Amino acid sequence: MRDEHVGTDVAAPEGQNLPDRFANPGVPAHRFRTTDTDTRAAKRAERQVAVIFALSALGSLLFIISYFAFPLEGTFSSIQRSTWTLGLGLGLAILAIGVGVVHWARTLMPDHEQIEQRHDIRGTEEDRTEAAAILQDGFEESGIGRRSLIRNSLIGAGALLPIPAVLSLGDLGPRPGDALTHTLWRNGVRLTRDPDELPIRAQDVTMGSVFHVIPEGLNESEHPLEEKAKAAVLLIRLEPGDVEDLPEREGWDVDGIYAYSKICTHVGCPVALYEQRTHHLLCPCHQSTFDVAQHCRVVFGPAKRPLPQLPISVDEEGYLVATSDFPEPPGPSFWERG
Amino acid sequence: MSTSTNESRHTTLFDNKVVDYVDDRVGTSKIVRTFARKIFPDHWSFMLGEMALYTFVILLVTGTFLTLWYVPSMGLTTYEGSYAPLYGQQMSHAYVSTLDISFDVRGGLLMRQIHHWAALLFVASIMAHMARVFVTGAFRKPREMNWVFGAVLAILALAEGFTGYSLPDDLLSGNGLRIIQGVLLAIPVVGSYLSFFLFGGEFPGEVIIPRLFIAHVLLVPAALLATIAVHLALVVLHKHTQFPGPGRTNNNVVGYPVYPVYAAKAGGFFFIVFGIVVLIAAFVTINPIWNYGPYDPSPISAGTQPDWYIWFVDGALRLWPGWIGWPGMDGGGIPTELTFLGVTLSLNIILPGMVLPGLMIGALFTYPFIEQWVTGDTREHHILDRPRNAPTRTGFGVAALVFYLVTSLAATNDIIATHFAMSINDLTYTFRTLAIIGPPLAFWVTKRVCMGLQRRDRELALHGRESGRIVRTADGEYFEVHEPLAPAERWTLVQHEEVRPVELDSSGKHTPVDKVRAKLSSWFFEDRIAPVTPHELEAAHHEGGQEGEAISSHESRSAITGSGTQEPAGQQ
Amino acid sequence: MATVVIMLIALVVVGGAYSALAPSRAEASTTASPEDVTAGRDLFLANCSNCHGLQGQGTEDAPTLIGVGAASVDFQVGTGRMPLQANSVQAPDRTEDFSQEEVSQMAAYVASLAPGPAIPAEEYTEIVEDPERVSKGNELFRTNCAMCHNVVGAGGALTRGKYAPQLRETDPKYVYEAMLTGPSNMPVFNDANISPEEKQDIASYLRHLKDNESPGGVELGSIGPVTEGAFAWIAGITILIGSAVWLTTRSS
Repeated sequence: MRDEHVGTDVAAPEGQNLPDRFANPGVPAHRFRTTDTDTRAAKRAERQVAVIFALSALGSLLFIISYFAFPLEGTFSSIQRSTWTLGLGLGLAILAIGVGVVHWARTLMPDHEQIEQRHDIRGTEEDRTEAAAILQDGFEESGIGRRSLIRNSLIGAGALLPIPAVLSLGDLGPRPGDALTHTLWRNGVRLTRDPDELPIRAQDVTMGSVFHVIPEGLNESEHPLEEKAKAAVLLIRLEPGDVEDLPEREGWDVDGIYAYSKICTHVGCPVALYEQRTHHLLCPCHQSTFDVAQHCRVVFGPAKRPLPQLPISVDEEGYLVATSDFPEPPGPSFWERG
Repeated sequence: MSTSTNESRHTTLFDNKVVDYVDDRVGTSKIVRTFARKIFPDHWSFMLGEMALYTFVILLVTGTFLTLWYVPSMGLTTYEGSYAPLYGQQMSHAYVSTLDISFDVRGGLLMRQIHHWAALLFVASIMAHMARVFVTGAFRKPREMNWVFGAVLAILALAEGFTGYSLPDDLLSGNGLRIIQGVLLAIPVVGSYLSFFLFGGEFPGEVIIPRLFIAHVLLVPAALLATIAVHLALVVLHKHTQFPGPGRTNNNVVGYPVYPVYAAKAGGFFFIVFGIVVLIAAFVTINPIWNYGPYDPSPISAGTQPDWYIWFVDGALRLWPGWIGWPGMDGGGIPTELTFLGVTLSLNIILPGMVLPGLMIGALFTYPFIEQWVTGDTREHHILDRPRNAPTRTGFGVAALVFYLVTSLAATNDIIATHFAMSINDLTYTFRTLAIIGPPLAFWVTKRVCMGLQRRDRELALHGRESGRIVRTADGEYFEVHEPLAPAERWTLVQHEEVRPVELDSSGKHTPVDKVRAKLSSWFFEDRIAPVTPHELEAAHHEGGQEGEAISSHESRSAITGSGTQEPAGQQ
Repeated sequence: MATVVIMLIALVVVGGAYSALAPSRAEASTTASPEDVTAGRDLFLANCSNCHGLQGQGTEDAPTLIGVGAASVDFQVGTGRMPLQANSVQAPDRTEDFSQEEVSQMAAYVASLAPGPAIPAEEYTEIVEDPERVSKGNELFRTNCAMCHNVVGAGGALTRGKYAPQLRETDPKYVYEAMLTGPSNMPVFNDANISPEEKQDIASYLRHLKDNESPGGVELGSIGPVTEGAFAWIAGITILIGSAVWLTTRSS
């Protein structure tokens, strides 16, 4: 970039006694307000302030009256009425005090600019010498410099002291173990509708349908929400010909009905949006998009891993069941995932 | 008005028994003498910090109200309250108590709304205040540490907001918590351990809400209060900075005394801020948690965003691609999550979710020290820079704001898509591009604007204001009479120092660090525009040989746009 | 400076007042009419066969209508989505071109081509007010619908410019039919997935939302933190800074 220096090298004309820089002209002369010079204007300002304070009192009154006049009756309209009137009253009461005080300060309190000198923040030479001497003397008086036994044993003790502090947090949480790799899904566990846990027949899953699924028994489990955060599944039916062939996943679907984990492999939101015609699954949090026809491969967004597929089959009564747990840990990635 | 201070006035105030009692034990008369007449300079931009302080007080007051009814428990119960659409559903006590505050406590909904609006405005005032301090260079010596404490306050405010809006355990904030947990999991080696320790096991667990509650009402507010105390103590110790102006020097403060003027204005401003927040809260809905329903890991709402100040993290998470490449590329492209030797390294989460915010915060904390090293300026500064007079710094500030804005807007991409009929995919591509080219572009534009404003200042100082009067000379020449600036007005335009870059000394022995520093310094100060000097003004007056101080604007241009070595026309 | 601030505040106030007071769109009226397959066929040939084929078998430009059922026609034509006005990512709902009688006739004709989802009986499209059922509707809506349409039906984004429309003003019959037929990219929610009573619960929940304005005041579109954050900056900070400017200026 072209280096521009503007106006720095104008030579001083000969014979001129001009300083190099302009001098500070000092605080400008005070300008009086109408309220300073005109007593009637001052009186008017005083009345205005009084009116504003009176408005505040009115506001408080409105709050007090509304508090009793508008009880909450369980309907939205009653709550709305109460909120509006209490809020208007309180807001007016508070705001008017502020406006009144500021108006008073602006119009009637003195507005002569005053000057205060700054003082050095840094100590004087005397301060510094004296302070240094005090610290030095104190250090010597403590004896820690000379008595190395005390110093070293103190350091030793001090080094160990933080350990109890940290260790007392030791029962903070269970270790993850393999908790993240297992879900409630097992061979024979029925796929049921979220949240009512009603089982699903294969014939119910028509073309273009999406079912939100939880494993049977989830609501009775010890930790339903925690299990749901791993086990939530989507059931989608596609034309068998539309889906990419993967020999190692032969038999994981039922006549084109596929089950995939609903938990996003990015950071764990439910990938709940299903676009019927494009057979894309969209996660609303960060817009990761998965293509069901390509076994939920990522086609857009920050996720990298495809959604794990749940292998399913049909039991004797025609209800959809899982044939095993997910082949890999569902949900967001973690270090030891592998 | 009588303002006599020198004559001794007999007052009976300290003869009063109560006043005397306290003075005997606390020495209030000494405190009054020292502090009551301290002078504070006046400018609206100095009130931004006060806005932050006052909204914080509002949060404390309304927050205390809420704690009287809020139950920080994730234990499940069946809702049997007054909101019909949720009747009979299972939800946590935290959610139920928040519904009860909203529907069954008089003024409860109002207090919740005041609290949440105040929270949004708290962080907004902090950011506005930080921006003001940055572009005016108020972080320079002796205020570098105060800047650091201020940055700490900003981080604490973000934490306070996040912990706060997660407390109702609703679907919206619960999904936000899930995202944070997902980011935690992605931390290499210790991620899953951290997540299990924080949540007491698997997500969502039963302890996170009570823990966030303690953080929100005890730990973070305590840290905030302590840091605010230090922050304000330093302001009193250093005295407030002031904008340049007539009578203002680096060694004084010009303004009004605390008592009564500032006490009235600042105290009044507290009530004004409070009143405005209450009125907004009375009439505009915020965080209608009854709409979202209780948190459950399976459902989610379209349009899931955190509160505005966290958008930049969410936006970065949205923008970072899981696969770098183009649609249809063989193999999908280059993955940004790597799997090797039995472990997974999620760069697509760590980089936008932890490293990027870390770098941004790091830059925030260290900027004053970096600037001081680059400029070599170790003097005390109590007069603020007009932003135009520090173009490089102002450019950085605007560039940083643009980056923050782009990543923040990226978090709203689905809302923009629905309401402006656009494609979220195209929006993502656009924001990715803007995040990279936006800041340098903003830097360059800002710098040029600053320099343009500086040139305008020079012209104003040299030639005064156009008066609109046209004069025709005997020769048939036309020119517009310019009215010169009064010295007080001119002072503001010419008082700034022309700082020169750090130069390598003549010793010839320089470390690579010295050389880098010299290079950075000259880049920081390139394109300097010096303030007008009395000599230049005199020269400008002699231009054109007119009587008085009228001058042809046409001829004067050559005097100020030269490269510095050219002598102005007519100059002796 | 003060003038600019005052003008900005005035802008905010006027703009806000307009948004609060602007009239909302009127609902489309729906009245039942007798079906006439022949009349429907004539209407079909005149308005639909260009794209959907003379026998409704579909062409390159439009899918087959054989088997889509009366419900699909009632929905698509009744909401004005069909006939398609212009090619875009998605057929938007707009003022319908045909009267309900004509729509019913066309629906009857398409239903005669092959069996398909039928127009729901009125007993399932009436609004129910029983709180237990409204609560059921809320639960079902949250699990099956909120991720696309937003928790209160404010609408949401799909990929590549597609969207799930807002549902605040939608007639319960169309809510039912949309679930049943899965228009455009919306999935199908057949009666085995969401039963007729449950569909009714969902529509009733949506109506409950419409009838019960937020007790907290202006809803800002029920969009959530985005509009709340925008409002805080655009209105809140502006007003606060405005008062700071007033506070620090000299009184005349």
